[in-house]
Amino acid sequence: MIDVREAITRAHHEEWARVVAALTRRFGDLDIAEEAAAEAFATAVERWPADGVPPNPGAWLTTTANRKAIDRIRRENKRGDKQKEAQMLYDDDPPESPGAIDDERLRLIFTCCHPALALETRVALTLRMVGGLTVPEIARAFLVQETAMGQRITRAKAKIKAARIPYRVPSAEDFPARVSGVLAVLYLVFNEGYLATGPDTDPVRHDLTAEAIRLTRLIRALMPQDGEVAGLLALMLLTEARRTARVSASGELVTLDEQDRGAWDVALVAEGHRLVRERLAAGVAPGPYQILAAINAVHTSARDVRDTDWSQVVALYDQLVRLDPSPIIALNRAIAVAELDGPEVALAAVDRLEDKLAGYHAYHATRADLLRRLGRSQKSRAAYDKAIELAGNTAETAYLTRRRDQLGWSTTVDGSPT
Amino acid sequence: MHYLVSVIDDTAGLATPSEMAAINAFNDRLKAEGHWVFAGGLGSPSTATVIDNRGGEALFTDGPFLESKEYLAGFWIIEAPDLDVTLKLAAEGSKACNRKVEIRPFLGVDLQPFRGE
Repeated sequence: MIDVREAITRAHHEEWARVVAALTRRFGDLDIAEEAAAEAFATAVERWPADGVPPNPGAWLTTTANRKAIDRIRRENKRGDKQKEAQMLYDDDPPESPGAIDDERLRLIFTCCHPALALETRVALTLRMVGGLTVPEIARAFLVQETAMGQRITRAKAKIKAARIPYRVPSAEDFPARVSGVLAVLYLVFNEGYLATGPDTDPVRHDLTAEAIRLTRLIRALMPQDGEVAGLLALMLLTEARRTARVSASGELVTLDEQDRGAWDVALVAEGHRLVRERLAAGVAPGPYQILAAINAVHTSARDVRDTDWSQVVALYDQLVRLDPSPIIALNRAIAVAELDGPEVALAAVDRLEDKLAGYHAYHATRADLLRRLGRSQKSRAAYDKAIELAGNTAETAYLTRRRDQLGWSTTVDGSPT
Repeated sequence: MHYLVSVIDDTAGLATPSEMAAINAFNDRLKAEGHWVFAGGLGSPSTATVIDNRGGEALFTDGPFLESKEYLAGFWIIEAPDLDVTLKLAAEGSKACNRKVEIRPFLGVDLQPFRGE
């Protein structure tokens, strides 16, 4: 019984996207594909415990889903156009090689992440169609009402159909931009898991980080040559490796310098480092995800925070700023500069970002920390207050509150990391 | 598949001569590549009249049905196989007329008879 449940879970992970992709290609309709796939898995849950797990679960699911889709098309077309029905039901494409099936899933991913859809819609659609999460699961993940999430996905499917968003892998000319659109969706899912924004959720949502990594692994398998895909996967793995060390037993955020490095996941670190080395060996100018992965590789290479190669970290941030002049990257660069050149220099750099980042909690948290290290307790306290006001993550709020409340007896004035 | 590409304007100005030249060049390209169905520029919203004949007697109202800062200044109707092709064409159209454009698909309307240009 447990084996059957495991087989169903595994089939769901491995086959959901394949089934949806194959049906979308055949019937030209995401809605039919999604519903039929869901029905096929529901049938598996019903039948497999009694009938046993079929020898080829993927083929069984695809065949079952095909039948469900045909039933629906016939049902809806009772008085309708017989010729159109025949067109939809007659599968005139030849059976596919395994490579072609991989291609189907890529098409599905690119369609779900189409730039004519709003970012939040792309995220929801990707999690539903490619990830196989249910609407209630996605609604919970983004703290949205189920009905609102359902409508968002329904509207997206209707737009794809009515505006004819194509079901295909983009042309070579558009490919890099479209891949980075897909990666942005996956990184957003990962980050929401890694630092959940809501005050009513767990501070780290392993379900979301795991799903983001799973989908990025899938895309890596489909596009093994793409440097940014490898970079994003490495970045996620090296971040995920620190997950358990990142929140204390009392539910407080533990910053990188205070983490128990022995608690990091050695296997994930090793896999992330392997990917970073692979990209370095490729000798191609890295994109932003590869540079972020390299920064994380430097951090995870230091057994003790004092062994961190900060000049390397700052050099990588310099490289990143040239590609992406966003103020958030400049803020992160300043944090590394504090370790290399001291908090005074870093604070000057941070203060220059005030116009752009005054509403961002991490800006105030960074200032608070630098001011604390410079012994300017009063200003530091005000910055902590502002950061706490803006932070949404429970573990981060707890960490910032403790740091603020410790200010009274803080005597660190030399700027060294505490 | 047909799409309406609406030109959205928020200034009172008509197209400048250089914008007109760019629009003409873009139109020529649409025709050469088989995307052209129809296009036109519209008089300003102040030239609009709204007619409501739902109640048996036609009521005429001077001015546009919606007062807004942004208004429809003109449009293209283009033929394209899918949204990706349309997005590319619309991006060029926006550049040519130097204004924002909005794309919407026609629902199951066959505009072929109007392609007599």
